[in-house]
Amino acid sequence: MTKNIKLMQGNEAIAEGAVIAGCDFFAGYPITPSSEVAEILSSKLPKIGRVFLQMEDEIAALGAVLGAALGGAKAITASSGPGISLKQEHIGYASMCEIPCVIINVMRGGPSTGLPTLPAQGDVMQAKWGTHGDHAIIAITPSSVNESLYETIRAFNLAVKYRTPVLILTDEIIGHMREKVVIPDKNDVEIIDVKLPGVPPEKYNPYNYTSGKVTPLAPMGEGYRYHVTGLIHGETGFPSQKTDVIQNAQNWLMDKIYKNIKDIEKFEEFQIEDADILLVAYGSTSRSSRQAIRMARSAGIKAGMFRPITIWPFPDEQVSKLSKKIKKILVPEMNMGQIIFEVQRNACGSSVYGLNVVSGEPITPDQIYEKIKEISKT
Amino acid sequence: MSDRTEFRFAGSGGQGLILAGIVLADAAAIYENKNAVQTQSYGPEARGGSSKSEVIISDSPIEYPKATMVDYMVALTQESFTKYIKDVKDNGIVIADKELVADFSNAKGKLYVIDMVKSAREELGKLLGLNIIALGVLVELSGIVSHESIEQALMKRVPKGFEDYNKKAIEIGFRLAKEIKNNK
Repeated sequence: MTKNIKLMQGNEAIAEGAVIAGCDFFAGYPITPSSEVAEILSSKLPKIGRVFLQMEDEIAALGAVLGAALGGAKAITASSGPGISLKQEHIGYASMCEIPCVIINVMRGGPSTGLPTLPAQGDVMQAKWGTHGDHAIIAITPSSVNESLYETIRAFNLAVKYRTPVLILTDEIIGHMREKVVIPDKNDVEIIDVKLPGVPPEKYNPYNYTSGKVTPLAPMGEGYRYHVTGLIHGETGFPSQKTDVIQNAQNWLMDKIYKNIKDIEKFEEFQIEDADILLVAYGSTSRSSRQAIRMARSAGIKAGMFRPITIWPFPDEQVSKLSKKIKKILVPEMNMGQIIFEVQRNACGSSVYGLNVVSGEPITPDQIYEKIKEISKT
Repeated sequence: MSDRTEFRFAGSGGQGLILAGIVLADAAAIYENKNAVQTQSYGPEARGGSSKSEVIISDSPIEYPKATMVDYMVALTQESFTKYIKDVKDNGIVIADKELVADFSNAKGKLYVIDMVKSAREELGKLLGLNIIALGVLVELSGIVSHESIEQALMKRVPKGFEDYNKKAIEIGFRLAKEIKNNK
């Protein structure tokens, strides 16, 4: 069979990936630089009998997505900084009620309306901590157009499997650039579908905090009646103020993600075997890092890269292990320093340096190479 | 990295420079099986303002997706010429339109000032297609993809009924570039 290869934009690849993953429902409100995701899905979804909805604002858009997901749909929304800020209340609701959904954040410069057409990586900590209260989240940082497609499929799978919101953080560069994509056949990729619970409605509890297994979310309208609330609730879904229920519920929200980290984590290592300097880079910045590493190596400096593809939960174990071998670590980011804190937390006795560019321009390979040279002399 | 060839289409929003870049990247990536990345940079306005569309073509994987050492640049406004010429290599080639660019005080590389607007007006009857003429010029000068590949990629993306118009536009570009080569 010949491969189906296309030249495609990052945002287009997300839309394509969503359709392949079986996405039934999009609700959103357009915002640069994410609008193409909505634009393309507005054309694709209705043609195959699925729903595209433009809502009155970003808050309502995620509300509609959560409603659709409770009805059994695989649902997605796409936005950028200002819109993602508005969605935080509903992201917390999705976490608390364990409603699967995929949220695309094509990052632009902030805070506030910031830089609509220019890239940044300023929302990685927001992805983790944007909504109030303790909760776990899954966030993915693709670094190419091809990866945007495949990681969107994976995001839907993780959302359904762990009943959780999954964020995809790309940026204006990845979202708007065009490069080659190998479009998979539906049968060649793993797709996790929404399933009915294995028990009859009268025996169904929408939550289970102690078995270690994620209870399937019964689609509303299939005869399963249960309560959904943002208040802390017991396994029946009704609010509870019992201390043991509260503790169990809170533990569960963390445990279902962190105890399955091996299944959720994904990363790439590049030339780390003999590296004296380790770069920890993600998203578009990892592309510049890779080129800088080649420049450094041809100048005799042994540099390598660890690239988290799943950025949340953060790959603590890997970074900690690498930092025992490699004593100099550089974290280039298009923000004032965010993931560097995660690296520092895990780096045992290594020196951790940041390279932070927030000019609206991507970090160039030259800028990273200069920093590598500087570090190599310390 | 040495096999990277970097193209920059500079002008203002609405001139179709992003489309020109997409067609070039498509020709290289899909019809000639090379690696190609197309990016763009523009301001918040939908029309006007300086904008650029860039294409990197390489036989190896392309890491950094933006142009930093430009081999070929075409400029269709004065503002974009002045703003975006700084990254052109010393031996890079710069094409500027005779009617649209007049101040060459910060010029770099080898500069050729040619009559793309005049050719569009006289041979196409309007300025629509100026982007495709510019594309034709850069394809012919660089030899980066064949005429056949660029025409296939172009036909895939032009609206129905405008195939002949665009074919004519790209051929004007090829011819203007040949004139440059003959006059060298």
